[in-house]
Amino acid sequence: MNVENIIFWILAVVSIIASLWMVSTRNAVRSALFLVLTFLCMAVFYILLSAQFIAAVQVIVYAGAIMVLFLFVIMLLNLSAPQALKEKGGFQARVSVLLGVGFIAALFSTGFTMTFQTTKTASDLYNLRLIPDNPDMPNVVLPENIGTVETIGRHLFHPSQPWLFPFELTSILLLVAVIGAIILAKRNV
Amino acid sequence: MFQNALPNGIRFYLPEFLGPVHLPTVLPYVAILAIIGFVLAIVPGLIYIERVVMALMQDRTGPNRVGPRGLLQTLADGVKIFFKEEILPKSVDVRIYYLAPIITLIPALTAGAVLPIQMFYFIKGAHVNLPSLSLVDANGAAFNFVLGEGSLLAVPFTVGNVNIGLLYVLAMSSLQAYGVVLAGWSSNNKYSLLGGLRASAQLISYELAMGLSLLCVIILAGSLQLDKIVEAQNILPFGIEGLPSILKGSVFSWFWLGSLGIPVIIYTIAMIAETNRAPFDLPEAEAELIAGFMTEYTSMKYAIFFMGEYATMLTVSGLNAAVFWGGYLPPLNIAPFTLVPGFVWFILKIMGGIWLYVWLRSTLPRLRYDSLMDLGWKKLLPLALFWLFLLAGFTLVRELGTEAKPTASVASEIRTVSH
Repeated sequence: MNVENIIFWILAVVSIIASLWMVSTRNAVRSALFLVLTFLCMAVFYILLSAQFIAAVQVIVYAGAIMVLFLFVIMLLNLSAPQALKEKGGFQARVSVLLGVGFIAALFSTGFTMTFQTTKTASDLYNLRLIPDNPDMPNVVLPENIGTVETIGRHLFHPSQPWLFPFELTSILLLVAVIGAIILAKRNV
Repeated sequence: MFQNALPNGIRFYLPEFLGPVHLPTVLPYVAILAIIGFVLAIVPGLIYIERVVMALMQDRTGPNRVGPRGLLQTLADGVKIFFKEEILPKSVDVRIYYLAPIITLIPALTAGAVLPIQMFYFIKGAHVNLPSLSLVDANGAAFNFVLGEGSLLAVPFTVGNVNIGLLYVLAMSSLQAYGVVLAGWSSNNKYSLLGGLRASAQLISYELAMGLSLLCVIILAGSLQLDKIVEAQNILPFGIEGLPSILKGSVFSWFWLGSLGIPVIIYTIAMIAETNRAPFDLPEAEAELIAGFMTEYTSMKYAIFFMGEYATMLTVSGLNAAVFWGGYLPPLNIAPFTLVPGFVWFILKIMGGIWLYVWLRSTLPRLRYDSLMDLGWKKLLPLALFWLFLLAGFTLVRELGTEAKPTASVASEIRTVSH
């Protein structure tokens, strides 16, 4: 068992406990903090999968920006009192339990029917456009630098790649959301 | 004979093996302890410097009672704060209350792991090929210099020379917000809560301007790896051919000038705001909020907040030094400067940042809250965005003009992938 596996198993347990605690605690601030812990664990998982860039972005965007804003709002509304979060129960709770059970069942059924490949075949990687098509190499391990900024940038932005247009489309979507938020905020003032 | 060929006339280097110990392998682990030790040991020194410099600027004597020239004053204060009574207020959220000071200290210490100092190792045997270790400069050439019966190898001396160095520092500094916010919330005190709220709003506002000003440099350097950013400054000013070699990697070729002056100003303002120091110390404004988020903290927990603050100051000053002020490069590529080893220059530049902190603290009045937000969102952010587009345009024009080598190789590589 190598170091990566040991780190993974420890953090897997930590992240599962943290996420369970996140949904079960009545204290809004604690719940947010456990969500941060889960995000940090996931960032380490990304690093273990050699996706360094996504790990850093995960920490900066989710743990660093979004959750700080969450905490900001929680504090501003002063939800420190546990009874403030009492659910009304009823319809929503029942539906969410149903959907949760369905989701877990779907997950397990995929897990039982599918066998995961630890090493991708060359044709898989070619389909993902990560390596040149080479039939002489039936099985390749993912290259070390697959998650670096350079690799991601080259594949996202180079004109010969198919992902430039969806990427720009996504950024326009975000821009629309930003402008919409400003307009909504201005109308209320 | 060989020394003319060395980058910036490096004369400070280590052997590869010290007895049975392989230094390039061992030193990064030593650096973990070195960083923690350096930061924790230097905090009393920094407090002393701050008090002396502020006394100098305000025309008063400053500490002069304990030890020669008051040198032991902060030590005495440290001992005093150890023995102070520890007060635990009645209605605090105990776990988070204890966790908050630690959260402010740990990210500041870990962020120091990627700050680069270059080490040169003398390796016996004619040509050693260690591509994983050898640095590559901005022109794509590796620093591997033949020197007598061996060669000199440049190795970035960091704890972890990760590919995303700059993002890593930003991630750590963004985690720092939690310490302040949680301290404010868990104290169960209105003043503390207001301090925490102010801190979180301020951190989020200034992080954007900080990130954009750093992006300007990333465009120029073409990497997020801090040692490569420093090496990209080891060129003639603006990359103009034909200038005398004394200017190579000199003060004029660092990115404060290379990015045309504005990003370094934006970054400096943002870094002071990120560390909650005067004139941006609204989260702990004593006239309005007693001590802000630290109101309910006593004894060592209070001291740890201070340590965290100074450790963050060191880290962001270190990032400033590495990104805008040439890191370990000497200010002029000529004999008396190049004889000094790189880490001395790096520490001197960090201390310059600390001086700036103290200087601004003793000269500028505290901002009003709305002018703080105005400065962040309406002035720094648009200016940084404009400068980013400007530098991106310049870089694009330059790349198109010179048909730069790395771009061409990338294009051909992509072509073979997608054919």
